[in-house]
Amino acid sequence: MLSYFFRRLILVLPVAFGVSVICFMLVQIAPGDPLTAIMPIDATAEEQAAMRAAYGLDKPLPVQYAIWVGNLVQGDMGKSIATGRPVAQEVFGAVQNSLLLAASAAVIAFPIGIFLGFLAGYFRDTLLDRAVTALSITGVSVPNYWLGIVLVIIFSVNLGWLPSMGAGPGGSQSWAWDWLHIRHLILPAVTLAVVPIGIVARTVRALAGDILTQDFVQALYAKGMSRGDVLRHVARNAAATALSVMGLQLGYLLGGSILIETVFNWPGSGFLLSNAIFQRDLPLLQGTILILALFFVAMNLIVDVAQAAIDPRIKRT
Amino acid sequence: MALAESDTMQGAKVEKPQGYWSGVGSRVVRDPVSMICLGVVLLLILSALFAPYLGLPDPYKGSMIARLKPLGTEGHLLGTDEQGRDMLARLIYGGRLTLFIGLMPVVFAFFIGSALGIVAGYVGGMTNTIIMRIVDVFFAFPSVLLAIAISGALGAGIVNSLVSLTIVFIPPITRVAEAVTSGVRALDYIDAARATGANAWTVIRVHVIGNVLSPIFVYATSLTSVCMILAAGLSFLGIGVRPPEPEWGLMLNTLRSAIYINPWLSALPGVMIFITSLCLNLLSDGLRSAMNVRD
Repeated sequence: MLSYFFRRLILVLPVAFGVSVICFMLVQIAPGDPLTAIMPIDATAEEQAAMRAAYGLDKPLPVQYAIWVGNLVQGDMGKSIATGRPVAQEVFGAVQNSLLLAASAAVIAFPIGIFLGFLAGYFRDTLLDRAVTALSITGVSVPNYWLGIVLVIIFSVNLGWLPSMGAGPGGSQSWAWDWLHIRHLILPAVTLAVVPIGIVARTVRALAGDILTQDFVQALYAKGMSRGDVLRHVARNAAATALSVMGLQLGYLLGGSILIETVFNWPGSGFLLSNAIFQRDLPLLQGTILILALFFVAMNLIVDVAQAAIDPRIKRT
Repeated sequence: MALAESDTMQGAKVEKPQGYWSGVGSRVVRDPVSMICLGVVLLLILSALFAPYLGLPDPYKGSMIARLKPLGTEGHLLGTDEQGRDMLARLIYGGRLTLFIGLMPVVFAFFIGSALGIVAGYVGGMTNTIIMRIVDVFFAFPSVLLAIAISGALGAGIVNSLVSLTIVFIPPITRVAEAVTSGVRALDYIDAARATGANAWTVIRVHVIGNVLSPIFVYATSLTSVCMILAAGLSFLGIGVRPPEPEWGLMLNTLRSAIYINPWLSALPGVMIFITSLCLNLLSDGLRSAMNVRD
């Protein structure tokens, strides 16, 4: 098992390298000179060259990349152009808020998705199955940023039950575990949960349907096992696949919360990202994307290893 | 077509021999949900294409005194937006850019991804390794994040949105194309064709493409709904289409300031995105079951 983990870890390294190259290239494809934002307009050609040398921009691209990665592994992701604060500091604060939101959405979505999907798979081709299938396809198709606006209209504008902006009273940026803050979490978390509910329900329905028609289920019933015990066998069979889908969904929730964070002014990584885009703060953009992508890579690794640990049928190669 | 055809014939209850595509066609036509969705999508596309001939008010012309009129106002069936422009006209004209940016990246990615995947799957070896490892790297990004990252770096604009979304959808299509092609590559008739002395290009053109394109195509149709939502999402974030162009995501964004004044009006552009993406999803599902392709 441990050797499988290490082999899998070695496979991750080239991907992580590729991710860092893409993030590095993001700044290169951006139009305009990265220094225009901080360079005085009346800078002479000599001053410009000096500035360029100070930032290492006069060196060839591979050298620039090597310097960038070298700083990266020491935890230095450069400074935000807009605030002057270290990118690492900005990103980690925001990622914590995003993680909180993504985890809350997952806590809402996964049990509901599993329950609905199992119902549909167990009562296949009934009205219930069709209702769940319709619900999950709706969940997958809905643009969640619009759903967020609709929920704000219903629960904030019309009913006035829940706040629509920020992570705490008065648009506060800091988080605390009290009702005043949790109220702010409800609408964005529910909005974010809708797509994974649809995807998890769909997956579990297909899984349950497939497993229930397998011979071993008949055999278990035939030997007189109770329904509950048979279902435990079915759940055990479905666990590995269901888990991997949910793990990936958690990664998607973190990376995909950008639009929802914008709708609700949630002070997470997505909010940071949209600020970085509009202020053309490329180091911040680069750092945020890098951290989110690396998190997703790590999530993939964890899912693979967990899947192999749960299901002995998966070849550990 | 030989492989796909024989599979379908065993799976479906078709009495008389029938061409593959006509079989698929007749099965899609018999499915009411698919037909309704096809109708809705066609209606949206046609109304967007022929918007100038529908006798609609000018979608760019605003009026300071007629701002945010509610639904059902005389002369403005769906009310007016925050600059007093007719909502119905803007929603119909909005379909032009939204559908174009929402669908074209999948078309581009279908051609590029299929080509890459077929080459990788057929040639194998080092070529396969290089192409597929690069694809793996792009899979390390959730699609929303990748689209926003590239669009955010490139800046707003229609071309930039098309480019970033095409890049987002090439890797998944390449991966599917490679898997399907590797499967076909291992079959005996490919060896037979090679034994007759056909070169790689001839084998791919005559024997591979016909057998791999339909599963890749079905997979690509399943991406259209996500692409629509992402494309409108980029404009919603302000890194897609620029104002004052009518585009559903952008309209949703600019109307957010009106949710306390005229809430339901401000949700209308999202309804259009939702209906389109729902129909595209259902249509893709219908096509998948009609083609008997399993994921």
